[in-house]
Amino acid sequence: MKTIRILTLFTFSILLASFGLMNNKEGYKIGDYATDFKLKNVDDKMVSLSDFKKAKGFIVIFTCNHCPYSVAYEDRIIDLDKKYKEKGYPVIAINPNNPAKEPKDSFDLMKVRAKEKGFTFPYLFDDRQKIYPQYGATRTPHVYLLKKEKGNLVVSYIGAIDDNYKEASQTKVKYVEDAVDALLKGEKPLTTETKAIGCSIKV
Amino acid sequence: MKLKIFILILVVFYSCKSETSFERTPIEVVTDDGVSIEVYDFENFKPFIQQQDNVIYVINFWATWCKPCVEELPAFISLQEKYQDKKVKVLLVSLDFPTKIIEQLIPFIKIKKLAPEVILLDDPDQNTWIPQISEKWSGAIPATLIYYKDKRVFYEQSFTFETLEQAVLAIKK
Repeated sequence: MKTIRILTLFTFSILLASFGLMNNKEGYKIGDYATDFKLKNVDDKMVSLSDFKKAKGFIVIFTCNHCPYSVAYEDRIIDLDKKYKEKGYPVIAINPNNPAKEPKDSFDLMKVRAKEKGFTFPYLFDDRQKIYPQYGATRTPHVYLLKKEKGNLVVSYIGAIDDNYKEASQTKVKYVEDAVDALLKGEKPLTTETKAIGCSIKV
Repeated sequence: MKLKIFILILVVFYSCKSETSFERTPIEVVTDDGVSIEVYDFENFKPFIQQQDNVIYVINFWATWCKPCVEELPAFISLQEKYQDKKVKVLLVSLDFPTKIIEQLIPFIKIKKLAPEVILLDDPDQNTWIPQISEKWSGAIPATLIYYKDKRVFYEQSFTFETLEQAVLAIKK
């Protein structure tokens, strides 16, 4: 009888634990302090946010090679970097996918893609898949706008780049640009969270 | 005899034709190679997730380019087969880009012999419609909405046949 009870308890706790894991979409919320990291860039050098002494913040984008939504946004990500690097908000792209699950997202192919497209920003590999869960990224592309504040990286916007993945020219609201512009003016972004379809991160 | 053939044709016609409890209003229908895909924006898609008849609806959001989506499709095909006559309806809502319907989606449907109905949802303003499917949805696919009248459960995860069947059976409890 006792064994059954223990067994039941045991099963129950395992169930609870797996349930907890399934719903582990905690991640950052607006106002949280984001973690720095040290990840390998496509030029084989390690990159940390702390390397960017002059930056006022960062446009951190979880993205990858294979996802059609990521590909659809590549040019717009380059444009974001070109526009905001000078102003203190460089783009930092991170590939969170496990290449064993998605061979197109291997580090070598990241190098190829970065070269083909002429990425102007670091394209880092979250090779141990430790960073994206801390941020709470669930898909690619998934943007986290961080603002430096007294040595902390304050999460200021989470979500999509704009409201039209298909046609950059038909975009009505540029979420990320609006948010960065607000931060540059010393204001809080009006829209702080948006949702978009994306490829689930391959674990 | 003629009448019998006529009835047979009628039956075949109606069983192939996808039934819904409302009048469908796709914004476009793309046909190629004998397969027709209805394309919807969110406004016109909405009735698909608000049907009130005595049927459990399993609405799966997927795309041909989404590997985990493609991997779980057999579970949805088997579910539809097993519950053919038991008031369960699987609807596969493709989020493929509309420009890829002829090039990718229709060939995929033919190769994989997808029996459940496939429609395409094309609405760029995702931030507006994703929360209307479920507040819980981050936007990653695969994602599945199971509903029975007003009871709705949303899953942002992959399914096996067993877990899918459990989820479907649980909705009426």
